[in-house]
Amino acid sequence: MVPFAVQAAAGLLVLVIVAFLLGNLVRNLTAAGLLLSWSWLDNPAGFDLAESSIPFSASQPYWLALLAGLVNTLKVVVVGLVGATLLGTVVGSAAFSTNGLLKRVARSYVELVRNIPLLLQLVFWYFVVFLALPNGADAIQLPGIVLAKSGLYLGWFGEGWQWQLPHLQEGVWQAPLRLTVEFGALLTGLVVYTAAFIAEVVRGGIAAVPQGQWEAARSLGFSPLVTLRRIVMPQALRVIVPGLNSQYISLAKNSSLAVACGYTDLYSVAETTLNQTGRAVEVVVLLLGSYLVIDLLISALMNGLNAAVQLKDR
Amino acid sequence: MPASFAPPSVSPSRWQRLRTELFGSRVDGLISIALGAALVAIALGLLKWTFFQAQWAVIQANSTLFAVGRYPIDQQWRLWLLTGLLAAASGLSWGLLRALPRDQTTGQLWPFNDRLAAGVLVALALVAPLWLQLSLAIQLRWWGITALVLVGRWAMARWGSGLPRGIKRLVPLIWPGLYLVGMVLISGGLGLIQVAPSQWGGLLLTLVASSFAILICFPLGLVLALGRRSELPLLRWGSVVYIEFIRGAPLITLLFLGQNILGFLLPGGLAPDRVWRAAWVLTFFAAAYVAEALRSGLAAVPRGQLEAAQSLGMTMPQSLVQVVLPQALRVALPAVVGQFITLLQDTTLLSLIGLLDLLGTARAVMANPAFLGKSAEVYLVLAVLFWCCCAALGLGSRALETRLNPSDQTRYQR
Repeated sequence: MVPFAVQAAAGLLVLVIVAFLLGNLVRNLTAAGLLLSWSWLDNPAGFDLAESSIPFSASQPYWLALLAGLVNTLKVVVVGLVGATLLGTVVGSAAFSTNGLLKRVARSYVELVRNIPLLLQLVFWYFVVFLALPNGADAIQLPGIVLAKSGLYLGWFGEGWQWQLPHLQEGVWQAPLRLTVEFGALLTGLVVYTAAFIAEVVRGGIAAVPQGQWEAARSLGFSPLVTLRRIVMPQALRVIVPGLNSQYISLAKNSSLAVACGYTDLYSVAETTLNQTGRAVEVVVLLLGSYLVIDLLISALMNGLNAAVQLKDR
Repeated sequence: MPASFAPPSVSPSRWQRLRTELFGSRVDGLISIALGAALVAIALGLLKWTFFQAQWAVIQANSTLFAVGRYPIDQQWRLWLLTGLLAAASGLSWGLLRALPRDQTTGQLWPFNDRLAAGVLVALALVAPLWLQLSLAIQLRWWGITALVLVGRWAMARWGSGLPRGIKRLVPLIWPGLYLVGMVLISGGLGLIQVAPSQWGGLLLTLVASSFAILICFPLGLVLALGRRSELPLLRWGSVVYIEFIRGAPLITLLFLGQNILGFLLPGGLAPDRVWRAAWVLTFFAAAYVAEALRSGLAAVPRGQLEAAQSLGMTMPQSLVQVVLPQALRVALPAVVGQFITLLQDTTLLSLIGLLDLLGTARAVMANPAFLGKSAEVYLVLAVLFWCCCAALGLGSRALETRLNPSDQTRYQR
């Protein structure tokens, strides 16, 4: 009887609060003339996007602007996931190196990055590093990639699948693939930050593999790197994959800080949309819904991967 | 066994160990040399920049802004008073920790870590005000505050163990009391002039927002964690929906929601101002994560504990508070403190919704043409500040963990 009473009381309380809030919402929205409607999505947006993977201009509707923002978010999330996984795996494995210096550098990297807010790191990468890049002939030229203030130029297949390297044309860099510095700063920040957390997951996974596996492999004549790749990693993955899931989701959510380095992701388009239309409730619902879908997608993919790496019962 | 049969107890010298660690194989040697060279180059570059190229005037000229924002100058004595009270309280608590029986067994009044911490405090008091080019009056206050911490620490460790039990029990209670006093000192009331939250800024705003969220999110998280493990379906599903909803959304969208929709959800005029809205959103956000951290702790307590407590005739709340929670909190502590550290870092997001926390102040300062292009200096100082705070919290959590989970060895010794 008591549990039932507790439940009924809690349920009633929640119901009353929700009804109170919704009642206020409807009353206030009616007063402001902003009752829930989605037809404004078809109105022309009236603003341009600094960067869009799908063709977009100011005369096109709001929904297309939001979609372009979503595509930009997905772009940075997908590339970021790959980059953070690679860097994180290297750093996490380095904790088991025989080299003392390498071990300590990996440890310090994790300690340094995890204790500084991501937002601070993002503005640092954007304003201090990427916006300070030189332009034109002074640009930093690495094999296959050129870093300039006007953008990041990558070698890629041009017309007729010809491999093309970035080249200077009348003082302006030309390349088949150009990324903006905003994208570069956001990507670098997200990769460097998330990799530190992934490194901890990887380290935990490798540590969970019994020491005897290393010793057995060494006595069979495997080199340390081959042991790691062929023997330890496949077993460590069973521990690592569930941990990666939450790191991937937090990377996707953290990509919403793009607005700090001027990248036009979903959140920044939504913010502009709200400022122009005043449609707070609809915009927030769209935002939350989109991120929820992205999270669920990542979880579904990772659950599939998890099923693949777990021990099979034969 | 005769001594001659014992294996030779030659421990490798420090140099030998270093050699095998760095130059164990050819590949290791190459890695060590490359890494070492890179590290030296980075360190030299950073030192050169710090001492010869960086222009720290941007920090020196705006130190008040970074510390308290636009807090009225004639009311700033209240903040100094609060800092003094906090210093005295932390000194006393620190000393009391050392006066507890467990630490007295080491027989040292000043163990190594304490001497180190005291040294850092003194060095900070000597160097920082000079570097910031603060006026002599403010330098004096800084020294006074450092002295308060150290004297409180010394006095309590010296005589604290002789105090009656009742007084010793009261010392931890200073903190909640001090929190209320602090809120009054900061915001006004009880005869003090009101200072609106919109005038708080910089470190002050960051600390108020994060400490408020940390304090409130813990009980909220505890309720949610218990709710999620409850056998009552309504409570369980309510907690699950809340926790998963919050954890599925980026914090910035929730802050955005707080700024733009909260006004619609509450009757006119009831909605708190922008600063408190953001602080509440931070609190509700962190509560979901703290709940998950606590849930892992609760899951680690064997079911038999609850059943045993109930078979002894304890009621459900009694057995939870006296049997289950103490064990669960011990396990969950590192994860919970980890969430507090994240929360402290997350306060930087306030700058994205136009509030002037530390990062928001930095952005505002750099919008001033006089300090254009000085972003490296400002961001570096902020990074050092945040790093120290977060690392200190992490260290404190680890120390508390070893205190709460004495290893088997120390248990046998006692």
